[in-house]
Amino acid sequence: MESPEAARLSAEDISPSSNGPKAEPMLLDDDPDDLFAEATEEVSLDSPERQPILSDGPSPVITPVTPVMISSRADVFDRSPDQDEDEEENRDTFDIQISVSDPEKVGKDVCDSLSLCLQTSLSIFSRDEVCVKRRFSDFLGLHSKLASKYMHMGYIVPPAPEKSIVGMTKVKVGKEDLSSVEFVEKRRSALERYLLRTVKHPALLKDPDVLQFLESSELPRAVSTQALSGAGILRMVNKAADAVNKMTIKMNESDAWFEEKQQQFENLDVQLRKLHASVESLVCHRKELSVNTASFAKSAAMLGNSEDHTALSRALSQLAEVEEKIDQLHQDQACADFYLISELLGDYVRLITAVKGVFDQRMKTWAKCQDAQVMLQRKREAEAKLQHANKPDKLQQAKDEIREWEGKVQQGERDFEQISKNIRREVGRFEKDRVKDFRVVIIKYLESLVHTQQQMIKYWEAFLPEAKAIA
Amino acid sequence: MTSISEDSDKEKVRSVSVDLNNDASLVIDIPDALCERDKVKFTVHTKTTLSSFQKPEFSVPRQHEEFIWLHDTIVETEEYAGLIIPPAPPKPDFEGPREKMHKLGEGESSMTKEEYAKMKQELEAEYLAVFKKTVQVHEVFLQRLSSHPIFRKDRNFQIFLEYDQDLSVRRKNAKEMFGGFFKNMVKSADEVLISGVKEVDEFFEQEKTFLLDYSSKIKDASAKAEKMTRSHKNVADDYNHISGALNSTAADNNTAFKKTISVCVLQKLEDRVASDQELKLTELLRYYTRDIQAAKDLLYRRARALADNENSNKALDKARLKGKDIAQAEENQKQCLQKFDKLSESGKKELTSFKARRVVAFRKNLIEMTELEIKHAKVRRLKCCVFSFKRN
Repeated sequence: MESPEAARLSAEDISPSSNGPKAEPMLLDDDPDDLFAEATEEVSLDSPERQPILSDGPSPVITPVTPVMISSRADVFDRSPDQDEDEEENRDTFDIQISVSDPEKVGKDVCDSLSLCLQTSLSIFSRDEVCVKRRFSDFLGLHSKLASKYMHMGYIVPPAPEKSIVGMTKVKVGKEDLSSVEFVEKRRSALERYLLRTVKHPALLKDPDVLQFLESSELPRAVSTQALSGAGILRMVNKAADAVNKMTIKMNESDAWFEEKQQQFENLDVQLRKLHASVESLVCHRKELSVNTASFAKSAAMLGNSEDHTALSRALSQLAEVEEKIDQLHQDQACADFYLISELLGDYVRLITAVKGVFDQRMKTWAKCQDAQVMLQRKREAEAKLQHANKPDKLQQAKDEIREWEGKVQQGERDFEQISKNIRREVGRFEKDRVKDFRVVIIKYLESLVHTQQQMIKYWEAFLPEAKAIA
Repeated sequence: MTSISEDSDKEKVRSVSVDLNNDASLVIDIPDALCERDKVKFTVHTKTTLSSFQKPEFSVPRQHEEFIWLHDTIVETEEYAGLIIPPAPPKPDFEGPREKMHKLGEGESSMTKEEYAKMKQELEAEYLAVFKKTVQVHEVFLQRLSSHPIFRKDRNFQIFLEYDQDLSVRRKNAKEMFGGFFKNMVKSADEVLISGVKEVDEFFEQEKTFLLDYSSKIKDASAKAEKMTRSHKNVADDYNHISGALNSTAADNNTAFKKTISVCVLQKLEDRVASDQELKLTELLRYYTRDIQAAKDLLYRRARALADNENSNKALDKARLKGKDIAQAEENQKQCLQKFDKLSESGKKELTSFKARRVVAFRKNLIEMTELEIKHAKVRRLKCCVFSFKRN
């Protein structure tokens, strides 16, 4: 009676280790590479005060906890978020600068090697300035670690830039053309934004994996991040399974806030995607405009050469030059359109996916809690039955199991409360950041527009006397 | 359906050919036009002090086909061989906006009411722009005729202006169309003829070289300008979509978005205006591509006359040798020579005034375009500054 359900539940059982108040607990139940998922019951207890072990690569370390640990762990949960909030308020001036630069191709392996430079006065870092080399797969590895550690608790983990098989193959083949140069720049800028978002998150900033990523000169190679690896495929399968689960979980939403927010995020998702598509179309058309302006400039120059009226000929050549400069302006504007607006929108579309993921985690937690309650109910019924049969040892076992499941139910309820609390906080932070992000970008964009207009005025004003000089 | 009667806009638009209505003795304009499905009905309005007309002021409705008829009869008039014949106005082409309107109708279900209304507005503006352009081009054609000392006296022209009944210009049937096509092919063979003929006159030699080269360059420039204008319109359309998308996002009561909408709307407006200016340039180039072709046609005719002249000389020599039909050959030769001389003389005048006209038109258009670009860029810059200031 025990085995199948128990095995299922234990595989999913959350077993965070409890740490000192600073570091956040790790979680690793969803990681498909977790070979020890089934082995929860057998692994020995570790001391609750143990320092967190850095998860090296894909195989996570699990420290399961018996019911005895529940009370102390609950304290830990309660303590950390409040402390986070304090630190967050003190951190209005966010003093950390990250730059990602110098992308290089390394060997025949597809990943670019990038220089990552960090400048900060935050005490959490061992030095004021650090420069290290990282590969693209390292970034992806960092993200997958953070996701597996924090998402289940309701933290919105910023998504990493996507692997693009087409883009990478082009770079691999060594094409030095414009599109591959653009691709590399796009990726470099995306990685920089990813890191900045990650360290802006108060909990993630303190995460040892993040610190190690930013500071240490050598990192163990993250292998399971290749898109078509076995781990990659397992991940995709898991995602599909999650999607199916999501459809089957019908949650009784008691909190209107969550329902409202979920709806809001659904709407925002749709709108942002639409907006993103429009901006991408704008970028494309502006590039086209630039190409056409350049070709017109050439044609006007030839016309000027052919014109036999001297003054008109000179004016036409000047016109050609003006149009050439305007073409350059269009190109620059297209860049601004793209890097400022389009990429920001793309980032937010992916972020909203992460936000929705966090809401899904909450649903999962609730489902787990429900399942635990169902289990408890069954154990109680079993015990009631055993009361009437005369098997004292089985009865004792039944009672033990009831206690165990009572503990799990309590844990589940606490987890649910905690994740709900975390999500509220995270969503608040997300929305604040979003407004700020957009505002900053819009101002930059407006400034770029102003600059473009300035230049245009300059060019045309220089041309006007030439046009007037035609006699 | 749509009618037009805005004089101020027409002033702005009417600049491809300058100084056309200076002579008050015959003033022509198209103050009004009606668009019904495929047909455009132009109201041709004439004010004149010439006695050859029955009334001092009158209006008649005309359709595009009737303009073409007028053009063709003038081209076919032997007397005008030495003149540059104003190019025929192109057929009104509403295909672009009509197609877009169709697509809009199909996609109506997939967009919000506001977006649909806005796109419809945009399309109507585009439709109106095409409409204005075609009116202008027909008007300029008539004005070229009226301002030319010889054409204005043409009998067919007067009929066109005055006759208030339907001209019953039947559309060319298939045979005539084919004949026209064939004539064009023969004409391109004429180009070879022109280059082949030995030119004695320095002036015409220069003009020939210039026109042949210039005509291909201006055709190319006109095409490229058109592409550039189209791209500009695409960018403006994108801004339209973006502001539509932002509108729906702003319902999310986020002020950052709301401000961005206003920015985008403004940018869209200005981009549209920018494309309107480029249209000045594009229209100018298009018109002069046609005009240059008309000048080339003059050269063809003259080259043809020159060839005829040489042939007639040869025929006369042959007749003298043979000793028969001499009188006829002499008469023929005399006529050819006369024709050729007349063509050369009027051709020279025409080509010189053509150049002057072209230079003036380019100057005017380039100046206007530049001034408009500057004005709009300043407005855009100001608005962007205000916005970024407000946001801070």
